[in-house]
Amino acid sequence: MFFRLRPCALDELKHTLSFPFVQTVEHGFPNQPSALAYDPKLQLMAIGTKSGAIKVYGAPGVECTGLHKETATVTQLHFFPGQGRILSLLDDNTLHLWEIEQKEQCSHLEEVCSFMLPGRSGIESTSATRVTVLLPKLSCDLLAVGTEGGGVHFLELPSFTLLDRSIFQDEIMQSVPEEYKCGKSLGPVESLQEHPQHPDKILIGYSRGLVVLWDLQIFVVCVFLLQQLESLVWVRSGNSFVSSHSDGGYMVWPVSSSTPCTHEPVTSTIPYGPFPCKAVNKILWRTTESGAPLVLFSGGMPRASYGDRHCLTILQDSQHITLDFTSRVIDFFTIHCIDRDKEFDDPLALVVLLEEELVVIDLQTAGWPTIPSPYLAPLHSSAITCSYHISNVPTKLWDRVISAGQRQCHLQTHTNWPICGGKNLAPSPKQQELLLTGHEDGTVRFWDASGVSLRPLYKLSTANIFQTDCDHNDSLTQAGEEDWPPFRKVGCFDPYSDDPRLGIQKICLCKYSGKLLVAGTAGQVIVLYLCDEKSDHMIDVATVDLLQDREGFTWKGHDRLPPKSSSVPFAPGFQPVVLVQCMPPAAVTAVTLHAEWNLIAFGTSHGFGLFDYHRRLGFHSRCTLHPNDSLAMEGPLSRVKSLKKSLRQSFRRIRKSRVSGKKRVMVSSPSSKVQEANAQLAEQDAEVTPVQRRIEPRSADDSLSGVVRCLCFADTFLRDGTHHGPTMWAGTNSGCVYAYALDVPSQDKFSEQSVEALLGKEIQLMHRAPVVSIAVLDGRGNPLPEPYEVSRDLAKAPDMQGSHSVLIASEEQFKVFMLPRVSAKTKFKLTAHEGCRVRKVALVNFSSVASEDYSENGLVCLTNLGDIHVFSIPALRPQVRYDCIRKEDISGIASCVFTKTGQGFYLISPSEYERFSLSARVITKPLCQLDVDRPHDPSELSKSVGDAEGKSSP
Amino acid sequence: CLPMIRIPEANSLSFEAEYRRFALKKNGAGSFQEFYQLLQTIHRIPGVDVLLGYADIHGDLLPINNDDNFHKALSSANPLLRIIIQRRDEDEPVVFPTNSLQRRKKGLAGLRPSQQKNKPALLIGLPQDFRQISSIIDVDILPETHRRVRLHKHGTHKPLGFYIRDGVSVRVTPQGVEKVPGVFISRLVRGGLAESTGLLGVNDEILEVNGIDVAGKSLDQVTDMMVANSHNLIVTVKPANQRNNVVHRGSKASAGNGSAGSGGSALSHESAHSPASQTVSQCSNSNSVAEGDSDDDDTDLIIESDNLPSYTPHRSLANGNIHGNTPSSGVFGHRPLPQSVSLPSSSSLPTKTSSSQESMREDGNFITL
Repeated sequence: MFFRLRPCALDELKHTLSFPFVQTVEHGFPNQPSALAYDPKLQLMAIGTKSGAIKVYGAPGVECTGLHKETATVTQLHFFPGQGRILSLLDDNTLHLWEIEQKEQCSHLEEVCSFMLPGRSGIESTSATRVTVLLPKLSCDLLAVGTEGGGVHFLELPSFTLLDRSIFQDEIMQSVPEEYKCGKSLGPVESLQEHPQHPDKILIGYSRGLVVLWDLQIFVVCVFLLQQLESLVWVRSGNSFVSSHSDGGYMVWPVSSSTPCTHEPVTSTIPYGPFPCKAVNKILWRTTESGAPLVLFSGGMPRASYGDRHCLTILQDSQHITLDFTSRVIDFFTIHCIDRDKEFDDPLALVVLLEEELVVIDLQTAGWPTIPSPYLAPLHSSAITCSYHISNVPTKLWDRVISAGQRQCHLQTHTNWPICGGKNLAPSPKQQELLLTGHEDGTVRFWDASGVSLRPLYKLSTANIFQTDCDHNDSLTQAGEEDWPPFRKVGCFDPYSDDPRLGIQKICLCKYSGKLLVAGTAGQVIVLYLCDEKSDHMIDVATVDLLQDREGFTWKGHDRLPPKSSSVPFAPGFQPVVLVQCMPPAAVTAVTLHAEWNLIAFGTSHGFGLFDYHRRLGFHSRCTLHPNDSLAMEGPLSRVKSLKKSLRQSFRRIRKSRVSGKKRVMVSSPSSKVQEANAQLAEQDAEVTPVQRRIEPRSADDSLSGVVRCLCFADTFLRDGTHHGPTMWAGTNSGCVYAYALDVPSQDKFSEQSVEALLGKEIQLMHRAPVVSIAVLDGRGNPLPEPYEVSRDLAKAPDMQGSHSVLIASEEQFKVFMLPRVSAKTKFKLTAHEGCRVRKVALVNFSSVASEDYSENGLVCLTNLGDIHVFSIPALRPQVRYDCIRKEDISGIASCVFTKTGQGFYLISPSEYERFSLSARVITKPLCQLDVDRPHDPSELSKSVGDAEGKSSP
Repeated sequence: CLPMIRIPEANSLSFEAEYRRFALKKNGAGSFQEFYQLLQTIHRIPGVDVLLGYADIHGDLLPINNDDNFHKALSSANPLLRIIIQRRDEDEPVVFPTNSLQRRKKGLAGLRPSQQKNKPALLIGLPQDFRQISSIIDVDILPETHRRVRLHKHGTHKPLGFYIRDGVSVRVTPQGVEKVPGVFISRLVRGGLAESTGLLGVNDEILEVNGIDVAGKSLDQVTDMMVANSHNLIVTVKPANQRNNVVHRGSKASAGNGSAGSGGSALSHESAHSPASQTVSQCSNSNSVAEGDSDDDDTDLIIESDNLPSYTPHRSLANGNIHGNTPSSGVFGHRPLPQSVSLPSSSSLPTKTSSSQESMREDGNFITL
């Protein structure tokens, strides 16, 4: 019996259910951010990335995204305060205007027009018109554009009409007294700053050190700095301004019309002198009502001793803190009072955008603690190695996880999040969802995935139960550091794993009992339970030999992780019950947990084991190795290779970040041309030698055929058709399925009787493709409920009258077998038809939009081509197919995880999850409202854009 | 009523022969199995494994081994049907020379006269003695420039033995000649199945895999499709060498040939270039090819552990030996599925439960431990 795509059957289903595929929201931290802007009126923050994306964030849940047509780096972003307009500058020297549009309940960014500065007649060089700085006037009707050639141009906004009042270098040279001229050129415009009190006055800073104040077209005042200029900022009163320099110093300059030219700053400091320091890239000067002004600047560290640190200094009077980040500072701003009538800035918070995370410092609380961010979580603080999703988390577990998480953050304040623009219109989520991510450093992070913003809840570390070399490292580095500069480590991005064996491979959580199963790279399987009290205890350790005396194999891989021999203190939260170590200590490839039976099962590339964690007793294990498989014993060679590679990459990254410290890159340097040519040559080479593929059926002795791919517990019929009982199923890489009947003693006899496993059936799939997933379906064809769901009245009892069936999904096909005889009932051969292989599979409950109660179960599958298929179960009829992930994006496909309600997550970069939905009913997307105040009516705008000159496009 | 002659040759070596003649109702003939049992009863050889053959109107010896060719045999009787029964000897395969019947033609009316007496006897075995490795199929429905080849990996230990690559194919369209990406055979492994058939060549363009068009599919997709179908791979190719094309013959669809094709499909490797070898005539519907044919090949092995007690509260202590005795998967990996295999270990175990015997018979491919 085979089911193909039958139009009539499909139509029937389409009436009741549809599977609309939408990518809803991106969680996490944008990959490679490159620009930052803040709108103090709307209280919105915008982040631009190297891929040309703009992301706008306000209050938690308020966000929208825009993507430039060109994939060019966003080098600058500016808000038109209050108008909901964003100006972006790309590194291809084009300016783009974006508007926040409100459609129904969603806000999104739309590009309105773009502009490129026309070349000056007679000047060939393109670098002369290369934009270096932008200054949108606070009045929002005028934009000043500084260029590499030293000219300042004015554009009318929002039409991008070039006004005929540009300030060119030669004009400046004529107005400036002779002694201030430094050679022939002033260098590029480095900074443009609007006078805080008089909007007509603009401070223009040139790279070589000349700073002039212009009042419209009249020269007012100028100063000459001895050092190369890095940045300028006005003091709120407008009576003085601050400049920062490439030598690591900053100076405060008075502004008075009585002395138009000055050499003498009010103060001049090199904070980290006297030894040579790196440049102070950006400085902010914020006055406070309480006293001394706050000085905030990035860089300026002593070149020799701390030149490689990514630092930001906060200075106020005698208070001095050097924030020490793990990644480069992209940009920062303060959230302060913008009311013109107020005398002081009184900054609330400092927001720092780093290459890998966002850090917000509370400037009003003593000690300047960090404010935990409700979004933009650095998912990749250590590389993500696996993810696991739990839908419909019971409130009890939810609250306990949250309270455990709250006790973990000491250095954080509970000040309200300062960026709070817009209104979140999304209804509060119907159910709580948890996303668990396993990381390379042995941590498991718990995220609130119920809404649009992925919020960190709790962090579990498994490293503390093992003896690793890095234990005392932390204390050593702490002690080794001197008192000055007063460093404070901020942020949690820490990509360097101390021991790759700690990496988490598989996670399984029972949401009713709070039992957690975590398994890692060195064959460690840890059973944990949620405890609200702290404790201090020894860890029970058990070793399970998966080779079962199979001869001729010697493990050449890494050693197991030695557990700590003394008692270990544990904070409230998940605390270990027992540690099971697989021998040989290969990475765990599959786990499952049945909390009601107190059983876990785990598999590696060598075999699988069954363990009773109540009695701390392994009661069965089986070797799945094929006698000819030698590769399985080599150990994780690929892992070693990738470690080397990652080291190399990190060195490269460090080198690159040093180079890219300079702000601007040349348009086309000779070296880049050579690189391009080389790349083209390489491509041609690839064409000359055609790719060949061998056509050969899978054979039993293919390498790594013994890898256990999936494990599942089920209460079903294996022995005969009338008595059901506990069973365990295991599937391997070579298409072999083992089914065990388990004898589990009743609840009250757990301690006396041991569990036993009897091999019931062994199924060898003829096509030998790896078994991706196994699930048992009840008499009505529905998946069996989770442990405890029936006994606690949380789910309908499964149908035990009709005959059960088992769904076995291999990489090539899906097959439903009747139980207990294991006779094939239906199948769908996906690879034979589509040429794609199954990567991820999940049974999903799709509920209908029309009727609350109606729902159907479906089989959702992601293939190696990155497309998603939905099949009905148990008939296995194809329903729909969508392209989801690029097929080249292997890590994206590997990271995909489906929820039980028809949503899913996959990594689009090391730090971002894309969330998608296949269910018409369950969609998590940003619903928000931003009240913008735009003086211009859109129709007028588009008309004036049409008149705009040059390369602007409507 | 239909008179029938049988020329049983109990064993060709011992020259023991027995002739019987009996009548059968032409329209009342049952299935092949019934007929087979009837013969065994008549000859009083119950339980002896025999091969049946008959002489068709052309005088060729054709096998009777299923319902279809049994009915065909009956329909060809006019009114006499000569049936030859021969004991199947597994130690020494019995081979009939093609002209075996002609030597006996004196006693038969309407048989073809022998043509070349001097030609040495060409040995052709019965279908059972052959292992089919390939066939050309669907000659009648495909354009002359294309060839549909079926490779039977099942049952051989030879590797399929070919590689594929990306390439550019030139197509003639109403708009003129256009270049489209295509997939080609890039290499044949020496001694592999593909090379030994002689039906596939380097630079042949692959058009379909098991009835599914590969146009627009990447090399990896085509690779995966071929591997997924490798137990019963049907590739439609456009041979690079177009000189050996099959020439259509108008008379190919005669009734006699058609039946010979369906009955003696295993001979088709010999008659590969004959249009009569429509082994899988239902291939015209591509879906039925992919699903229907592969169904037989794709039966998974289910190994039942018989010492798993039918649900009882106490446990059997004998579970220790199942793990040890489980055959490694290589044992049953490449063999054609036997009807029922008794592995040595089963002898030491208690007798099978009746339920598992039933399931064995029904599904045909259960292996009992």
